[in-house]
Amino acid sequence: MISVENLTKRYAAKTAIENVSFKVNSGEILGFLGPNGAGKTTTMRIIVGYMPASEGSVRVDGFEVFDNPLDVRRRIGYLPENPPLYLEMTVTGYLRFVAKIKGVPKERLDSEVTRVMERVSVSDVKERIIGKLSKGYKQRVGLAQALINDPPVLILDEPTIGLDPKQIHEVRELIKELAGKHTVVLSTHILPEVEQTCHRVIIIDRGKIIAVDTPQNLRFQLQGVERVHMEVDGPVADVISKLKATPGVMDVHKLTESDGRCRLQIEGQLRKDIRSELARTVVQSGWGLLELQSATMSLEDIFLKLTTAEEEGKVGT
Amino acid sequence: MRNILAIIEREMRAYFSSPIAYVVLTIFVFLSGVFFRTILAQVMQMGLISQMQAQQFGPRPMDMPGMISRGFLSTMSVILLFMIPMITMGLFSEEKKRGTIELLLTAPLTDLQVVIGKFFAAGTFFLILLVSTWVPMSVLYFYGSPASGPILTAYLGLLLYGLSIIAIGVFISTLTENQIISAVLSFGVIMLLWLVDVMASQAESTSKEVLTYLSILSHLDDFTKGVLATSHIVFYLSLMLVALFLTYRSIDSLRWRG
Ligand SMILES: Nc1ncnc2c1ncn2[C@@H]1O[C@H](COP(=O)(O)OP(=O)(O)OP(=O)(O)O)[C@@H](O)[C@H]1O
Ligand SMILES: [Mg+2]
Repeated sequence: MISVENLTKRYAAKTAIENVSFKVNSGEILGFLGPNGAGKTTTMRIIVGYMPASEGSVRVDGFEVFDNPLDVRRRIGYLPENPPLYLEMTVTGYLRFVAKIKGVPKERLDSEVTRVMERVSVSDVKERIIGKLSKGYKQRVGLAQALINDPPVLILDEPTIGLDPKQIHEVRELIKELAGKHTVVLSTHILPEVEQTCHRVIIIDRGKIIAVDTPQNLRFQLQGVERVHMEVDGPVADVISKLKATPGVMDVHKLTESDGRCRLQIEGQLRKDIRSELARTVVQSGWGLLELQSATMSLEDIFLKLTTAEEEGKVGT
Repeated sequence: MRNILAIIEREMRAYFSSPIAYVVLTIFVFLSGVFFRTILAQVMQMGLISQMQAQQFGPRPMDMPGMISRGFLSTMSVILLFMIPMITMGLFSEEKKRGTIELLLTAPLTDLQVVIGKFFAAGTFFLILLVSTWVPMSVLYFYGSPASGPILTAYLGLLLYGLSIIAIGVFISTLTENQIISAVLSFGVIMLLWLVDVMASQAESTSKEVLTYLSILSHLDDFTKGVLATSHIVFYLSLMLVALFLTYRSIDSLRWRG
């Protein structure tokens, strides 16, 4: 449905994204994950035809965004990072305006506005002035605006930002319902959001894609590290040095320490179960093994790992 | 076409849901009333003097309604210089500040449609101002029978003149996110085009001709006298087109810069 090829965007003073390529399949929810300034908004703005790319191309449903901007824009509902709301208008008045500029035919205008208002549950405030609504309602009106004319593609830039947990849950459920019929690209820097809503994740950092996979697979792709947490009763320094010498162990960190006991985090080689080796080492040394468990790395850790690894790489070179 | 109308309609609603529309309308109507009275009084006095002179030197014809409307409408052209920046200041700058420009520029609209919509929105409000001057003008029709020709051409001139100033204001509102800066800048530029007139009166030969041609006010003179000259119409239309073209380009560069 969407195909992005070698996209590069240079602003006057800086390159925001570089050689970004990916595809989004029909009906899929793709998560765009990255820290502040990663280039999420820039990429989305290029896809929706708000700004031209410096290099590369974007196709939506077969149309190139620079050559056929209107064909692309007709197929996209876009929620910008800051919802584009006219604060002096009522919710209905605003959505009617959006419907008109999106070319909804006159006879379908009222029904379309009613439909989207119900979809995002803002019907109860439909005659209120947008400027007087709460943040959550404003965000939903922004979402309603994107849904007008039922576009096959939805591009949502941080759709849950500024909402309370209940509203966040509602918006995520809504996005999940939209998938299938719509192709959705959403950006976020909140990890659970990606894990809960997306079929596929792109992790982007400083303008470059650093990982693309399903949330499940990313969980496994531990950058060559398997983690184990253990609690040991014994002399801390000795314990750590002995464990470090155990085959398969790459690193040992002390997490906590209290009256002769310590909690440790051990990193081992990927896909190698080091737990029995660790247990043997502890028991043979005559210490007490209080706890031993594999710590599955959450996406959050991966993310931190990916970005910090990159940083270390940069510093080193 | 329908989406252009939608933009105009939204903009008109925005004018009337903020104090700007009311402030501009009130000040304009008030000032036009005051000026009309003043000019009326002046012309009456001149009429009285010429009547006294007529007793001594024989009657000389005097077109009092014509003098009044001419004086009044050219005064209005000056007042409009101050009012129009207030009509155009927010057109794009507010959209930029609020981020709503992102909606307009990602909707299935061409940039040209957006520019035209904004231009006509301000044009519609300006038309309301122009129509409001009929209130004092109708006095002339009550108490006399002014020649309609010069009045019509004067209004046509004011319309062209107003629209070209609006086009300049629309362009300038794309340059900044700040309404006040937009208004002040527009005012400055319009003032400059106006002051050219003063410079022209001090200049000599060719430079005088060039300066007179550049002055937005000098082209209005003939219209108020009832003369329809193509050169003046062409001047205003080209000013309008140049400013709208610049607006179009400015939006394009806005897209590139993000
Ligand atoms: N209009 C612009 N002019 C110059 N630089 C810009 C512009 N917009 C963005 N940038 C820069 O480009 C980089 C990418 O910005 P972008 O807004 O795409 O990041 P983001 O991933 O959306 O970040 P956030 O999570 O903060 O929204 C940043 O370093 C930003 O400072
Ligand atoms: Mg962003």
